[in-house]
Amino acid sequence: MSALEKSPETAGRAPLMTLGGVSQVFHTKAGPIRAVDNINLSVNPGEVLCLVGESGSGKTTAARMAAGLARPSSGEVAFEGTDIWALKRDDFTNFRRSVQYVHQDPYASLNPTRTIQQTITAPLLKHGVVKSKKAAAERAVELLTKVDLTPAENYLSKYPHQLSGGQRQRVAVARALTLDPKLIIADESTSMLDVSIRISVLAMLGRLRDDLGVGFLFITHDLAIAKYFGWHGKTAVMYLGRIVEFGPTPKIINAPTHPYTRALIDAIPEPDPDLTKTKGRESLRSLEIPSLAHLPSGCTFHPRCPLFEDGLCDGAVPELVTIRSGQSAACHVVARDGVAALDDEARSDEPRA
Amino acid sequence: MITVTTTSSSTRAKRGGEGKPLLSIRDFKVEYRTGSGATVQAVRGVDLDLFPGESVALVGESGCGKTTLGLGLLRLLPRLGHASGQVTFNRGDGTEIDILGLDGRDLRQFRWRDAAMVFQGAMNAFNPVLKIRAHMHDTMRAHTKFTKQEIEDRAGELLRLVRLEPSRVMDSYPHELSGGMRQRVLIAMSLLLEPEVLILDEPTTALDILTQRSVVDVLHEVRERLGFSMIFISHDLSLAAELADRVATMYAGRIIETGGVRDMFYRPRHPYTLGLIKAVPPIVGDLPDMESIPGGPPSLAALPPGCTFNPRCKYATEECKEEDPPLLPITDEPGDAHEAACIHWKDVHLQREVPSDLGNAS
Ligand SMILES: Nc1ncnc2c1ncn2[C@@H]1O[C@H](COP(=O)(O)OP(=O)(O)OP(=O)(O)O)[C@@H](O)[C@H]1O
Ligand SMILES: Nc1ncnc2c1ncn2[C@@H]1O[C@H](COP(=O)(O)OP(=O)(O)O)[C@@H](O)[C@H]1O
Ligand code: SF4
Ligand code: SF4
Ligand SMILES: [Mg+2]
Ligand SMILES: [Mg+2]
Repeated sequence: MSALEKSPETAGRAPLMTLGGVSQVFHTKAGPIRAVDNINLSVNPGEVLCLVGESGSGKTTAARMAAGLARPSSGEVAFEGTDIWALKRDDFTNFRRSVQYVHQDPYASLNPTRTIQQTITAPLLKHGVVKSKKAAAERAVELLTKVDLTPAENYLSKYPHQLSGGQRQRVAVARALTLDPKLIIADESTSMLDVSIRISVLAMLGRLRDDLGVGFLFITHDLAIAKYFGWHGKTAVMYLGRIVEFGPTPKIINAPTHPYTRALIDAIPEPDPDLTKTKGRESLRSLEIPSLAHLPSGCTFHPRCPLFEDGLCDGAVPELVTIRSGQSAACHVVARDGVAALDDEARSDEPRA
Repeated sequence: MITVTTTSSSTRAKRGGEGKPLLSIRDFKVEYRTGSGATVQAVRGVDLDLFPGESVALVGESGCGKTTLGLGLLRLLPRLGHASGQVTFNRGDGTEIDILGLDGRDLRQFRWRDAAMVFQGAMNAFNPVLKIRAHMHDTMRAHTKFTKQEIEDRAGELLRLVRLEPSRVMDSYPHELSGGMRQRVLIAMSLLLEPEVLILDEPTTALDILTQRSVVDVLHEVRERLGFSMIFISHDLSLAAELADRVATMYAGRIIETGGVRDMFYRPRHPYTLGLIKAVPPIVGDLPDMESIPGGPPSLAALPPGCTFNPRCKYATEECKEEDPPLLPITDEPGDAHEAACIHWKDVHLQREVPSDLGNAS
């Protein structure tokens, strides 16, 4: 089963967005680099797809293609079944309204000279969502309330610099909601927030997902956050532009199969002193992340992988193949030996989800 | 001959708060002048002891005064900052040093030989036009009479200790190194003069998870080898769980709870520490119940009356608005040294699943 194939419970629904064999090549001084290399993904309405991986793995590049902000070098980005780059102008505009991008740094994405009210009413008026300034102001209050900025009247006349990071991120989400999006692409949207605030912003996003049926492409380097927000959805793990593991979030977190996913999860400290000190950790063979301009042959994780096998791993690029129901990985050794290759007692094989 | 002292922590230091503290902090305050004669108190009366070999984590939300406290202890505050109170450093040889009274040469000596700091944001700590070799030599020449070769040897030894290849790193400019490598170079540099206290400000923030892991592992290792004491500042509670012997929670410029790492994580008794712990999702296990702390830390210029946490606290009563509670010893559990600044600490209990095979040792 590929990442594109639907699991039984979602088989009835058409995906909102699909990336089919999508690549992005940048031409740099060091030569061409494939920031995203032939990835397949899909997001269903009201569902969460988490994209996780270290910095430079291609998450933002993939998200920008999904949002129609960048055109893929090859492959197809489809929204509700239609290739977005084949859309007529009006339809493309509609697509751009249906898919909203929320950035990592709300400070950089909000106009500092606009009040919160102006920030939110501008798109409403521009796109003719409401007829009058009065209706726009009323809608602004509604939206601020929806993102827990209450009482909304206290925020309307403020400027972004007068708000805390968490409040600014809420405003960015409220603005994204002005055009009734079907898909929100949240790119590290909670990374800059304090722990205490992060959970409340995520809870707010979770309500949009459940109550409004908004689909999420949720990008984070923090697997604990992916776990919390995407537990009922899927997670794709990226490494150097490729998806190396894909599956239901509980399986990726509690029973990862790809050596890279396993290394990521093992590396995370736990907020529990006894647990974090006794957590088994396999060391990597190298700490260095290869450059995209000079990728290692075969499996690009091979210079670092604890399961590396000479001749096998540095030969062909491993395909993403099903390892067990719903879960696929791109690893020669795991594909050959199955989960037996992992030999891990500490980790329960099946998540208790 | 130069060797890295590898005195084990047990001979040089007794862990866990025995004997005389290395660093004793009393009623420590820091004020920042904010223009037109106004000041804000960023640190408001901190008492803290750091014992030999101990690792203390300072945790708390952004703006609670963690960095300010760290900078203040090493007399590294910006010009508009002013520290007061009492900070005593007890050198291994028995001399007592009044840190706030130091100046000139004594202060420079203290800073690298007795205590050193690794700053938040590794890139800013380097001079971008100097190679790592020059950074190492400058630091050593300013504080020792080592020959060039001795400096090379010592720098090489420390770089290897933080798992870097000296031949490659010494000839690099800071921007040529990855974030994790720079952070490890900084740790090596801070240890050049064998300080007894190392203060690390957000040592792994902004690093990728595998890189963060390597820095954490290096810290475990060098501490085991060199036996220094450390204060590390982090808003990442998981890191505190992993690296700290003792944890101190800061809120609005004060320490509001402190105790051993297990007491703090399994039995927090201040609603703020409890709230922070509940807001961190663990990576293993099922989906946990998470809870956030409503609102944000107060502005230092307008602190709420009474307990500064009261507007966000679900345990708050009218009484909490009357006075800011001092740290009170937690008396209903074994052990001492657990204190919380909350009048209702007896009502505060963390309900959580402790893995059954791990939860009973104390
Ligand atoms: N130079 C300065 N002048 C005035 N106020 C300052 C100055 N530096 C810090 N502050 C204020 O002092 C308080 C504590 O700041 P500090 O940097 O110590 O916080 P922190 O706990 O380290 O936060 P973070 O987790 O964001 O690093 C904040 O309210 C901050 O705005
Ligand atoms: N416009 C661009 N030109 C050249 N290289 C780029 C560009 N955008 C991103 N890259 C490179 O593509 C890779 C993936 O970047 P990115 O998608 O931002 O990763 P992530 O979001 O996972 O951190 C990185 O090596 C990055 O430097
Ligand atoms: S293919 Fe080989 S090198 Fe790559 S992840 Fe699998 S075992 Fe490791
Ligand atoms: S003193 Fe009152 S307001 Fe402060 S933490 Fe305790 S219960 Fe909450
Ligand atoms: Mg990114
Ligand atoms: Mg700080």
